Amino acid sequence: MITLTGVHKTFGTNRVLRGVDLTIDSGTSMVIIGGSGSGKSVLLKCILGLVKHDSGTIALDGQDVTRADRDAFLARFGMLFQGGALFDSLPVWQNVAFRLLRGSLKRPKSEAREIAIEKLRRVGLTPDVADKFPAELSGGMQKRVGLARAIAAEPEIIFFDEPTTGLDPIMAGVINDLIREIVTEMGATAMTITHDMTSVRAIADNIAMLHDGVIKWTGPVTRLDDSGDPYLDQFIHGRAEGPIAAVR
Amino acid sequence: MSVLTKPLGALGRAVLSALAMIGRVALFALDAFSHMVRPPFYAREMLAALFQIGWLSLPVVGLTAIFTGGALALQIYAGGARFNAEAVVPQIVAIGMVRELGPVLVGLMIAARVTSSIAAEIATMKVTEQIDALVTLSTHPMKYLTVPRLLAGLIVVPVLVGIGDVIGVFGGYAVAVNNLNFNAATYLKNTVDFLEPLDIVSSLVKGAVFGGIATVMGCFYGMNSGRGAQGVGGATKGSVQAAAILILAANFLLTGLFFSV
Repeated sequence: MITLTGVHKTFGTNRVLRGVDLTIDSGTSMVIIGGSGSGKSVLLKCILGLVKHDSGTIALDGQDVTRADRDAFLARFGMLFQGGALFDSLPVWQNVAFRLLRGSLKRPKSEAREIAIEKLRRVGLTPDVADKFPAELSGGMQKRVGLARAIAAEPEIIFFDEPTTGLDPIMAGVINDLIREIVTEMGATAMTITHDMTSVRAIADNIAMLHDGVIKWTGPVTRLDDSGDPYLDQFIHGRAEGPIAAVR
Repeated sequence: MSVLTKPLGALGRAVLSALAMIGRVALFALDAFSHMVRPPFYAREMLAALFQIGWLSLPVVGLTAIFTGGALALQIYAGGARFNAEAVVPQIVAIGMVRELGPVLVGLMIAARVTSSIAAEIATMKVTEQIDALVTLSTHPMKYLTVPRLLAGLIVVPVLVGIGDVIGVFGGYAVAVNNLNFNAATYLKNTVDFLEPLDIVSSLVKGAVFGGIATVMGCFYGMNSGRGAQGVGGATKGSVQAAAILILAANFLLTGLFFSV
């Protein structure tokens, strides 16, 4: 279980997070929604320690993440980045097996390659993709390779940062289905950041809406359409009028 | 009053900013050196860096050195002729190349070729979240990106300087023998007799220091780049400027250290 209590983060004079309180139960899929610049990515990066939060606590299974052993903590995570963030200098299979080729999870090269090819198959890519370089792949294929890399070491917790941004609706649907299937079959805890309401409905068990640096609403996906929250209503219906200023 | 204080204030801010930058670079370099002695070590990345920084820099180093050695021979001959000292060409070419021009020119070429490339590559990795991806994959960016490049710079740039020295001396030899009618055997004998072990040691030490500066500056600017294409461009430009100036400053200090009596 991931628990955030009163998390604050300021960049210069810009107060991005102003006391975020959020709980993500183990084995559930939480989707964070919110406008551009609302601090969703910063929140995710704070949990992973990529950005240091100013105050508040972030705990994983009750243990403060800033005091936990960093390697052991990160070994429990997988992450799909918005742009894929694949390493240009490495072929696809080495990107997927990156964690399995070094560090505490190191395996023999042949075994790591086999696992990488199996994970590529899991996300719908054929083995011939394994020896290509990321630059040779389309955006959708890169996303899928990123997904294969995120699940390669079978993490307990997977983060997805805008998983369908820049993809056509069909490919976005494929990625949404893959995420849902993978999270269900691995029993992983998932946290997704997205603007895409189709993704939200496909991926989420629970939803949290971030606005003005705080969680405005949180609840199960089944209550998305009758939440009674004006912020959430405006956001999911894409209305210009409402409590959220259209021009920020 | 503000007419006086405004420029002083601006000067003060610039000095403070420069000092803060020096502090950040120093801390970055210390961090990089501390990671060099702590596992894990990435041999594959180290070999790739050795190849990129060393082998692929050979043509530019060789061409720079041979033309510089040749031009130096012509200049010393022309200058020496003013007071009947043309015969000193081999000695001055040797000392000029080995003590100063070899290491400095190789250092500047490495700053141009390697520092810019490292800064642009790492800055692009930062902009495209590849550095964040490394962290989430339990890989320390300092160990994976900086240490192999820094180690390669420390090892291979002295070798490049040594090669540059030899090629530069050969450039002077070729011009002196073919254009200035020097005797080949006498030229070589004068060169070898005049050089002292300290000349060669100073050259190689300078090479190691310049290699360290070039790689650290490339990594520092890359890791601290701004966003987007402008950030990558700024990091690349800043890294080359800083590396070139630091190399020239370090050369002055090292020359003073080795050769002031």
